Amino acid sequence: MGKKLLLEHDHVPGIQGYDVYRKNGGYASVEKAIKTMSPEALVEEVKKSGLRGRGGAGFPTGMKWSFLAKPEGVPRYLVCNADESEPGTFKDRYLMSRIPHILVEGMIASSFALGVNKAFIYIRGEYYYIVNILEKAIEEAYANGWLGTNILGTGYNLDLYVQVGAGAYICGEETALLESLEGKRGNPRIKPPFPAIAGLYGCPTVVNNVETLASVVPVINMGGDAYAQIGIGKSTGTKLISASGHINKPGVYEIEMGITVEDFIYSDEYCGGILNGKKLKAVVAGGSSVPVLPADKILNLANGEKRLMSYESLSDGGFGGGTMLGSGGFIVMDETTSIVENLFTFARFYHHESCGQCSPCREGTAWMEKILHKIVDGHGTMADIDLLWEIQAKIEGNTICPLGDAAAWPVASAIRHFRSEFEEYVSNPSGVKKNKHYDSVHNNVNV
Amino acid sequence: MAKVTIDGRSIEVPDGTTILQAARMIGPEVAPPTMCFYSKLKTSGGYCRTCLVEVTKGSEKDPRPMPKLVASCRTTVMDGMEVGNNSSPKVKEARKGVVEFLLLNHPLDCPICDQAGECHLQDLSYEHGSSKTRTDFERRTYNKIDIGEKIQLHMTRCILCYRCVKVANQITDGRVHGVMNRGDHSEISTYVEQAIDNDFSGNVIDVCPVGALTDKTFRFKSRVWFTKPMLANRSCDKCCGKVNLWYKGEEVLRVTGRKDQWGEVEEFICNTCRFDKKNTSDWTIEGPTPVDRHSVISANHYEVLTKPSVIHLNDIKPLPLKEGNKI
Repeated sequence: MGKKLLLEHDHVPGIQGYDVYRKNGGYASVEKAIKTMSPEALVEEVKKSGLRGRGGAGFPTGMKWSFLAKPEGVPRYLVCNADESEPGTFKDRYLMSRIPHILVEGMIASSFALGVNKAFIYIRGEYYYIVNILEKAIEEAYANGWLGTNILGTGYNLDLYVQVGAGAYICGEETALLESLEGKRGNPRIKPPFPAIAGLYGCPTVVNNVETLASVVPVINMGGDAYAQIGIGKSTGTKLISASGHINKPGVYEIEMGITVEDFIYSDEYCGGILNGKKLKAVVAGGSSVPVLPADKILNLANGEKRLMSYESLSDGGFGGGTMLGSGGFIVMDETTSIVENLFTFARFYHHESCGQCSPCREGTAWMEKILHKIVDGHGTMADIDLLWEIQAKIEGNTICPLGDAAAWPVASAIRHFRSEFEEYVSNPSGVKKNKHYDSVHNNVNV
Repeated sequence: MAKVTIDGRSIEVPDGTTILQAARMIGPEVAPPTMCFYSKLKTSGGYCRTCLVEVTKGSEKDPRPMPKLVASCRTTVMDGMEVGNNSSPKVKEARKGVVEFLLLNHPLDCPICDQAGECHLQDLSYEHGSSKTRTDFERRTYNKIDIGEKIQLHMTRCILCYRCVKVANQITDGRVHGVMNRGDHSEISTYVEQAIDNDFSGNVIDVCPVGALTDKTFRFKSRVWFTKPMLANRSCDKCCGKVNLWYKGEEVLRVTGRKDQWGEVEEFICNTCRFDKKNTSDWTIEGPTPVDRHSVISANHYEVLTKPSVIHLNDIKPLPLKEGNKI
């Protein structure tokens, strides 16, 4: 069994409630942090731990914290990004609904480290039932003196609020999230200035993912150096992976970074192999926006070594031959899956979720969806495939926020690795439909 | 002060200047085109992505190039920055892509559009676009709506530059229109078909780079190149009163703000000046508006014809032949 830091007490009955959580060592990190450590020492500890943002970009958390501007007389804010909307990612939902207190605890410790007196959890609208769970946890934390004024008699004050979004993927982008939190239309802001300088209400703000803030708890408990021992290289600690698709045991797994991808897919501890003994075709390793990789490329690196579940190893080979760990939405596709139809689903999603601010993303995502629709319907031409390639190249990197990139990468990788399949859809559309190479009903015929 | 080099031409500009402003200071040859940026409106820019430039050297201190193309209208210069605009093939390629995206759902109904002739999108696509389209899908269309008594919105032509929203936010009181919906369904609209009723609302027409917002008192009256712009002023208690009058014959067809070299109005004008003062007697005429000779509006007007000089045949002498030169 791999080491578990976040889901260590997941199996304990009643861990959702305060009493059980406290008995199992909960809020020890807050005690340790507020009573014995200075904010600077805490930031230093997080830096030492090598903890990286778990929301997708993998930016070192300690570094992000140290960028926070600290002008006199201006409030600072901590915002927890719980707007987990990436298709294929559901780890934060699991964590928040099972162990809500670990997020509250992590946020208190982080707020203390950043000198924040008001913190927000921005949660996506579809997670309305988790709002109740979180609010109950926050209420319990207030009742037991972990939140409010004069926490643990140290004179430190903190208020924690939950804000519900209205169901927009784009609000997971940190500046769009801040706009939405301010009550405006959720459009990403143009950076710079970054939120660390001018964020919520124009004040310095740190926006962190749920899992990142929860990971601060073990970092403080065990110390930064000990945390850095776990994992491999610059990918320290553990990572929650949301495994879905054609696997025997889909679900949320906490892995120690550095296990091989092959292990993760085939071992009984994790995914337990491909459903019905079929062959692995492709994997989207980090949520729908990262490049899709065919079986041989996801299992092995270009130099023949096994690919590992870590930030570096997964992105080995660049965009041509690698992918990204992203948010950890691990989607496995077996041999019956149609990459073209899968891509169409993704493209439809990005078209629907584009905010419409900047032209390449607004028009490009819609255009790509239309072309893919045409190909899937059997009316495509070979020129459409090239056109699709060119559109994605014109979107990528030219937009305000990463949604444009997120829409472009799956298209680029699907064409790069599975061009023959697109050509089959174009040259022999009736054959594709008649032979039922691919189950089009999302492949859950046998589930 | 920061020294910035754009397409190989350097200039010293105050700190905090954007790349675009610096490029405009150097001259129109290196200035990137803009569709959404408007120097008179705060926080405008960054949406259309036509002004993308490549920063090949970040600054003197940190010479690393920027990894992506950046929107020049929203990126401030650093000392020693080197920028590629027209000289960068990456920028040209990206700009071509942006034009294609902007035209993707644009109806290209220029023959019946009042903006034709002074349309920024026309200029942009002529300079940076491709001559044919690669889409065969139906373009999105909307019904025309009247926002306010004198303004018509034809959303089909809109490129969502957000300028009119910024005008309503910053120039007028109580914005009643904005962007509705999301993605390519986004549209400029008023909340529950409210009318825009405001002394300065007419300025949304001037800032619109395309023919989405048009003056209902001018619609279908004339093509712009058949009208003559005249600088005129009157003392107005609401605005500066400095305008362009657009004449056709003796008749004033429309009144707009005065536009500068970059197509931006110099000062915003009020609705009284714009819609209600359409007699020559209301105005003090200053003289013809200088029009760029490349503009279609300059055609047939104000052309200063140089008299052909009288040539006497006797004065023409054969050019001296050099040895070895054959005719």
